[in-house]
Amino acid sequence: MPQRIWMIMWKEFIQIMRDARMLVVVIALPVLMLVLYGYAINFDVKHLPLAIYDQDRSQASRALISAFAQSEYFTMVAWLHNNPQVTQALDRGQAKVVLVIPTTYSADLAAGQTTAVQVLVDGSDATTASTAIGYAQAMVQQHSAQIAVQALQGAGVNTSGVSLPVDNRVRYWYNPELKSTNFIIPGLIAVILMMLATLLTSMTVVRERERGTIESLIVSPVMPVELMLGKLIPYVLIAFFDVMLVMVASVLLFHIPLVGSPVLVLALSGIFLTAALGIGLLISTVATSQQFAMTVAVMATQLPSVLMSGFLFPINSMPPKVQLLTLLIPATHFIKILRAVFLKGSGFADLWQPTLFLLLIGGVMLGLSALRFKKKV
Amino acid sequence: MMHTEVPLAVEVTDLVKRFGAFTAVDHISFTVPKGEIFGFLGPNGAGKSTTIRMLCGILVPTAGSGRVAGFDVVTESERIKTRIGYMSQKFSLYEDLTVEENIEFYGGVYGVSRHKLAERKQWILEMANLTERRTSLTGELAMGWKQRLALGCAIVHEPEILFLDEPTAGVDPISRRTFWDLIYDVAGQGVTVFVTTHYMDEAEHCDRLAMIYNGQLIALGSPQALKDRTVSGVLLDIQAQPAMAALEALEEAPGVTDVTIFGSALHVIVETADAIPSLRDYLTARQITVTALEPILPSLEDAFVALIEQADQQAAMGKE
Repeated sequence: MPQRIWMIMWKEFIQIMRDARMLVVVIALPVLMLVLYGYAINFDVKHLPLAIYDQDRSQASRALISAFAQSEYFTMVAWLHNNPQVTQALDRGQAKVVLVIPTTYSADLAAGQTTAVQVLVDGSDATTASTAIGYAQAMVQQHSAQIAVQALQGAGVNTSGVSLPVDNRVRYWYNPELKSTNFIIPGLIAVILMMLATLLTSMTVVRERERGTIESLIVSPVMPVELMLGKLIPYVLIAFFDVMLVMVASVLLFHIPLVGSPVLVLALSGIFLTAALGIGLLISTVATSQQFAMTVAVMATQLPSVLMSGFLFPINSMPPKVQLLTLLIPATHFIKILRAVFLKGSGFADLWQPTLFLLLIGGVMLGLSALRFKKKV
Repeated sequence: MMHTEVPLAVEVTDLVKRFGAFTAVDHISFTVPKGEIFGFLGPNGAGKSTTIRMLCGILVPTAGSGRVAGFDVVTESERIKTRIGYMSQKFSLYEDLTVEENIEFYGGVYGVSRHKLAERKQWILEMANLTERRTSLTGELAMGWKQRLALGCAIVHEPEILFLDEPTAGVDPISRRTFWDLIYDVAGQGVTVFVTTHYMDEAEHCDRLAMIYNGQLIALGSPQALKDRTVSGVLLDIQAQPAMAALEALEEAPGVTDVTIFGSALHVIVETADAIPSLRDYLTARQITVTALEPILPSLEDAFVALIEQADQQAAMGKE
């Protein structure tokens, strides 16, 4: 019995090695996807185009402007001179943010009165807008605190002992610089592996059917389970190779910190791959052509893995029913695991829950495809 | 009974296969003794492949029973698998594997030991005349070579019974001849050969033939017996102009039992040879030029055509 499994593995390996397309899928595709997605998906809001309408034109107003201009969040793109120009700058998308300083700005400050500046934000891109508002508010607050301190100093008060009563000290754990790549890449690893593993196995049985070789296998003493194992094992090994390839590329290209144990990542990848390969195998036993299998594999894995797994959009903000649905997607659980191990350095004790889900999905998929196999073979 | 004396390689009783409303194989029964070259002859879609696929365990019969090498095709298919070799129309070779690798793969899958496999591989390469191409990719071989390699792979484990499903489809005539020489070699070693074909010349090579049409067995016997039995009377080959007029006239002519178009000629069956001179006069009287009119020995094709006509007539009568 082991000889037959071994023969099928051996044959499958030779076929993979001689198939140039397969090698492209195995080696180039994951790296290409990592680089494309990794650089394209970026939630960091920096260098927002900023236009200024300074009605005051005073030393004080220039101080506020330079505070904005010097930060890396905004880049000055235009000086505006009237209200129509303000409208135009936002309409045309020339600027995402316009800072309007009123004529009374310096006079009010000099009089010791509270003054207002207007920040107009292009709200058509909600994510960018809310980030921009956050930056602008923080910057104005910081600037006004400075002015207050200077005013006190001007009044001869010793400010060395003066401080704000409550100092809000926020610390970002696990991703201190809030780099979005640190959030994206571990999720991306799951998305890539999901597609790859499903794609690889989805073709394997259909190919035999398309070429007519399946009949010879059915007539031979090979048992369905032997055929399934003989076909799966080479792809498990290849998928492991891809796990390592993508992990190394993530660390080298995107400087993702791998705080936790690489061995734990590999071990849990194994469980995840079983689920993904099981889905592929199931598709393969149902599909009638390689083309069909490929399309189904990509559709069935890419859409849910990208949209519903928490890869880009937080599961917590989805409707409760959809949240339940996300539990059926292997990527949901593997993304949790990868983010935790990579960024938090979590151990297995923290991760048993997603691991259990992966085991369940994998078991069901392999069981189903074995059943399908028996009927077909 | 007979099967206590001659062991049977294949025994089929009332075998039926339906695909939905379509009956592909309709209550077929026959036996094949060991060591025979048994031909399954019929037009495309007659149910030849379906039958062979049921015997090899690829399809499950709807009804009836089949035994191969003494084992039941449904309940004991695992025991049959090691005893038979199967070569399909598509040849079932891995085109991205080399000639040697294909032999090694099938040998390994059938559990042929390493030592034995080396010996078998050598034998197959020589038999198929592929020794020089042993390291070529199978996809690069011409059809004739592929066909011989497929045969080699099907017998790498020295099966008792060899099933060949349209083994010569799409292969040139010279390769077909070579291939039949190989089949004789294999049969000479005591292997039972069960072969389907729609080529009449190939059917002549078989010890015994089953003719199958619309899923039904319409005749069974040696090629000679089939020819003798089905064509009663004398078969004439007639070349006449205009051909259509000749056909119509002959159908009405006295003493003629059957007329069929056979290439550019007409094949006519008359009750006795005495009718020949009067038939010539009959045609000439109707302004038909007869360039040739001679009695010939019936071919397998004549027998087959006659059998199919009988079957069609019976079917038509059954409907009325």
